[in-house]
Amino acid sequence: MGKLDEKKSILSILVDNKPGVLSRIVGLFSGRGFNIESLCVAETTDPLVSRITIVTSGESRVLEQIKKQLNKLINVIKVMDFTDLAFVQGEMALVKVRAKSEHRAEILRTVDIFKARVVDASPEYYIVEIIGDDSKIDAFLSLVKPMGIKEIARTGTIALAREKK
Amino acid sequence: MKLTGAQIIMKALQEEGVDTIFGFPGGAVLDIYDALVKTDLRHVLVRHEQGAVHAADGYARASGKVGVCLVTSGPGATNTVTGIASAYMDSVPLVVFTGQVPTALIGNDAFQEVDIVGITRPCTKHNYLVKDVEELERTIREAFFIARSGRPGPVLIDLPKDLVQAKTSNRPIKEVRLRSYHPTYEPNSKQLPKVVKLLKEAKRPLVFTGGGVILSKASEELRRFVAKIHAPVTSTLMGLGGFPASDPLWLGMIGMHGTYRANMSSGECDLLIAIGVRFDDRVTGRTDAFAPNAKIVHIDIDPTSIRKNIPVTVPIVGDCRITLEKLNALLETEDLGNIKEKRRPWLDQIEEWKSTMPLDYEQSDVIKPQFVVEKLYELTRGEAIITTEVGQNQMWAAQYYHFDRPNCFITSGGLGCMGFGFPAAIGAQIACPDKLVIDIAGDGSIQMNIQEMATAVQYNLPVKVAILNNGYLGMVRQWQELFYDRCYAHTEMSCAPDFVKLAEAYGAVGLRATKPEEVEGIIKEALSVQRPVIMDFQVEKEECVYPMVPAGEPITEMLLV
Repeated sequence: MGKLDEKKSILSILVDNKPGVLSRIVGLFSGRGFNIESLCVAETTDPLVSRITIVTSGESRVLEQIKKQLNKLINVIKVMDFTDLAFVQGEMALVKVRAKSEHRAEILRTVDIFKARVVDASPEYYIVEIIGDDSKIDAFLSLVKPMGIKEIARTGTIALAREKK
Repeated sequence: MKLTGAQIIMKALQEEGVDTIFGFPGGAVLDIYDALVKTDLRHVLVRHEQGAVHAADGYARASGKVGVCLVTSGPGATNTVTGIASAYMDSVPLVVFTGQVPTALIGNDAFQEVDIVGITRPCTKHNYLVKDVEELERTIREAFFIARSGRPGPVLIDLPKDLVQAKTSNRPIKEVRLRSYHPTYEPNSKQLPKVVKLLKEAKRPLVFTGGGVILSKASEELRRFVAKIHAPVTSTLMGLGGFPASDPLWLGMIGMHGTYRANMSSGECDLLIAIGVRFDDRVTGRTDAFAPNAKIVHIDIDPTSIRKNIPVTVPIVGDCRITLEKLNALLETEDLGNIKEKRRPWLDQIEEWKSTMPLDYEQSDVIKPQFVVEKLYELTRGEAIITTEVGQNQMWAAQYYHFDRPNCFITSGGLGCMGFGFPAAIGAQIACPDKLVIDIAGDGSIQMNIQEMATAVQYNLPVKVAILNNGYLGMVRQWQELFYDRCYAHTEMSCAPDFVKLAEAYGAVGLRATKPEEVEGIIKEALSVQRPVIMDFQVEKEECVYPMVPAGEPITEMLLV
């Protein structure tokens, strides 16, 4: 169980799109004993800038220190913490699930309920693509787990702040 | 006109105002050395790359300029890591150039290849691997800008051999602008009146300063500030000299080996104004018991230092000098009443602590190390630049040599790096050829970079080394005595060189004192020669540094004898 003050935080970090920048960020977390729960990185519309989305958790004092330390890195352009903002988040997972003939219908029904889709099918397995927040993906996984999950690939969370309406 | 990468480096260095480079050549940097000897830049050949970085550190801190080193790839580069880490912890502006194997061989485990950018990522302010000669000049200019601005620190530039050989047209860089790097110098104006309010309310304020005061050249403003608020002042090890030790409001150093009155003041104060400090554990002791009754104002240019270890009432991100300037201007308009009268009970209390528990030792028929430091202070009239190694020698230097001016005490504070003091003294002597530079050393520490005596002799640097020779790794032995039932596991250095003969072997002067009455004579003799000197003081073997706060205890709970 976490400490009382411990909370999860989604950080969206704009950085210079240069070699070694990701390793500076990751090195900062490991070197200072901060935890990374998930991490996504890709180029933005500006090819000189990448966006890194990190889900981390800690006491508020630790989270404040994480943000300050990130801001201190020369290649970090901006750090946004979505904790107290309106934001949308998503994650994608590919799930290779055992598809015995007696389970196929149920799997497809579950896929349908979760608005996921089967992207590959073989005599033994389906590969299902599912998009949503992490709790949705967790819920889907718990339902198909009894059939037998062979492999999972998850992207980790990506997020963007909502604009004012 | 086309220039080679090596020529571009020389041009950029000269434009950055560099006049001295500390280095050690090797295969990967031969082109740079070839270009270097064709300029009027001064190169100081050290005997070990660690010495180059410490020397550049001492040079930077004594001169206020950026220190520069040049070393080769692989082992040359890895040998700099300790020096870089020390400079990083103490926020010293350095630019370190390392050679690298040709671009095509990077990642192939080539001869003398090492990923120095990867290795030094956590202990540099920033670092670069330059892969395109077109980027070279911009990178160097950025490196100097980053090293000296904001909270200063070391920046490393890794230079593949083919890059320094490549040619390009010279396009001067007019201005360095970094999209993502904008240090905050100006304090938030809303925070300053809060400090004034707290100052008016406070009955027992304490000013607590650190290396940031020296780095931001804030000593003069600090003196004005203290004169206005008439509050006592203590400092960290790194802050010594930031406030004059001869001032009646000076309490001495705080922390693990701080004075009784400084440590007790931190326990009793109701307002702590921390300026350019980072609340190191050697200062705070147990953090929840540090300044337990005080509201805390913390001024620092580095936001990560604020609230990292200690909760703060008024955080102020800004340059120490600018912030103090603005605070002083604000205080000009305020009526603080009869401040001297108001402070009297607090200062009387401090005076009582001082008189009941002064810094003290008993001189017997064996030389006490404190006596040597006191004599050094007396005979140099406090005007020397003092560097130290690390351990007991460092603490006695901090306690018994009194610093009235900034940039006169050069020590590895954050990293606590043995072997620092002597090469740092060489760097300081080169920066300040007219000043007296003394390295206060232990017999253990000095042996870590003793080879730099050859550098001192080669360049006719009249650096003095005062070895407080107790035949032990003294500080570790002290911990073993106090906390490990006197089990002196591997701290006795039973085989040490004859330091007098060693000095002579290098072509320096060696002197030895074995009795207290010899101390003054050999210091005078050392000061009278314009050559490097080793003074070997055979001191009390089991002398301890007091006061001492056991690690993790409140700093008000000191061992006094």
